[in-house]
Amino acid sequence: MSTPSTPLIAFDRVAIQFAEQPVLRDVNVQVRRGETLAVIGESGCGKTVLLKLIIALLRPTAGRVLFDGKILTELRERDLTTQRLRFGFLFQGAALFDSLSVYDNVAFGLRAQGGHPEAEVREIVRQRLQEVGLTAGVEEKKPAELSGGMKKRVGLARALALNPEVMLYDEPTTGLDPIMTDVINELILQARRSHPVTSVVVTHEMKTVTKVADRVVMFFPLSRLKAGEGQVIFDGTPAELARCPDPRVRQFVQGEARERLSELTRNGN
Amino acid sequence: MATADRETTGGLAALGAPVYSSLVALGDVSLFAAQILGWLARHRPFARTLLPALYTVGVRSVPVVAITGMFIGMVLAVQSYGQFHQLGLATHLGGIINISVVRELGPVLAATMLAGRVGSAMAAELATMRVTEQIDALSCLGANPVHYLAVPRFLACVLLIPLLTVMADFMGVMGGALICIRVYHVEAYYYWQHTQSMLSLWDVVTGLIKPTFFGAAIAVISCHRGFHSKAGAEGVGRAATEAFVASFIAILVLDFFLAMFLNNLHDFLWPANGIKMI
Repeated sequence: MSTPSTPLIAFDRVAIQFAEQPVLRDVNVQVRRGETLAVIGESGCGKTVLLKLIIALLRPTAGRVLFDGKILTELRERDLTTQRLRFGFLFQGAALFDSLSVYDNVAFGLRAQGGHPEAEVREIVRQRLQEVGLTAGVEEKKPAELSGGMKKRVGLARALALNPEVMLYDEPTTGLDPIMTDVINELILQARRSHPVTSVVVTHEMKTVTKVADRVVMFFPLSRLKAGEGQVIFDGTPAELARCPDPRVRQFVQGEARERLSELTRNGN
Repeated sequence: MATADRETTGGLAALGAPVYSSLVALGDVSLFAAQILGWLARHRPFARTLLPALYTVGVRSVPVVAITGMFIGMVLAVQSYGQFHQLGLATHLGGIINISVVRELGPVLAATMLAGRVGSAMAAELATMRVTEQIDALSCLGANPVHYLAVPRFLACVLLIPLLTVMADFMGVMGGALICIRVYHVEAYYYWQHTQSMLSLWDVVTGLIKPTFFGAAIAVISCHRGFHSKAGAEGVGRAATEAFVASFIAILVLDFFLAMFLNNLHDFLWPANGIKMI
């Protein structure tokens, strides 16, 4: 078990590859209890893979991923399930179950965990939906009937239903309009205020980073690293991010194509 | 000692690669099947997932299986009547058609129809869940995806495909009788008398044992393809197609080996009545 001084989540020289394609190499990142860590980086640099490694949806090809002092991929099925219920995961597309109503989606984790009478489940579901600004009228709708913003909010309610210790957000504002983006940012902050959580937020939105993150880590794609360079090219506060002199970091933060456009058009990507 | 030249080794390597990957795929499917059976032995499936699967596999397949069975019987009658009538053996068509339907064509063609209808749909549905991360979400919310998704579908196929085969057989018998008796005016009494004398309980039993295995194969292969789908619409489409093709090949292979096994079993149990098989 982690103590206040040891990190809740730790990546120890982690590497992963798919077929012959390496995605992460020698990654050392820690997340302290109660912290909100933003993970930023270009598309394809392994941010979503990082989240899935934390909750043992993927297994590293080298190194260790520790949660609360345990290596989740070495646990038996029952123990892994118990540990996974300490997480809430908001997927990029919300990943709502198409065949279930909004109510059944949010209640899913509670029913899977067991030990909750249906009256208690109903109360928790209504409360979580209210927290994300959704009324009782939406409970019987199916995910296909919801807008993108509503899906994300239902996904957030589902992730928070079990009062998780750790929240994982995979690009929570991607595809949303600017107003709904800020609604989601506010809901992330609100969730942190009402539930004491440790959070890891993968995002491209610098507004989200500035608003919700205590600390920021920036990854760089392996294919464009020089020999001997580490994949984590920034690790600090949002204020330090804005002042970082590394041109790769500045280019990402300011959202400028610069020489990337000529690189991409030259390579025919 | 002669050494193999580059061309030979290149050719061997080219032959070896697909054989190797086929063996890996077969092993993967076998492990997946073992997972399903393991979960089935340890935990019963949830009613809220089993009942919809039973409805989708069973109830909604009845019309198409009935039509398939009926036309099998009718085509057999049409194709067989001419030759048997010339030999003066038209009344024997009852036994010939109905043995063919009950022992072989009913189970195989009904299973093939269901591999296309049910198997492809299961693979596409699970593949869509895979690419939209719903399967990952299940794992994160404390449910095992194999137990939650694959076990109900496996049970539905194993329990209901034999029952659907009974439907197909019945409609095949009726279709054959309709054509022979009503269209070709074969004597109904002798038609059914030859059916009774030639069609045994063992034929009926073997015709029900085979669909149990076919149903298991369809469920395991279709769920496996869905779970391991590649990304995007192309991945979902390929999963559905591969599920049908692999299920169809499995049905043919299982049919052959089950036929041999069941014939040998019959010879073992009733040696005086049997035809000696290899």
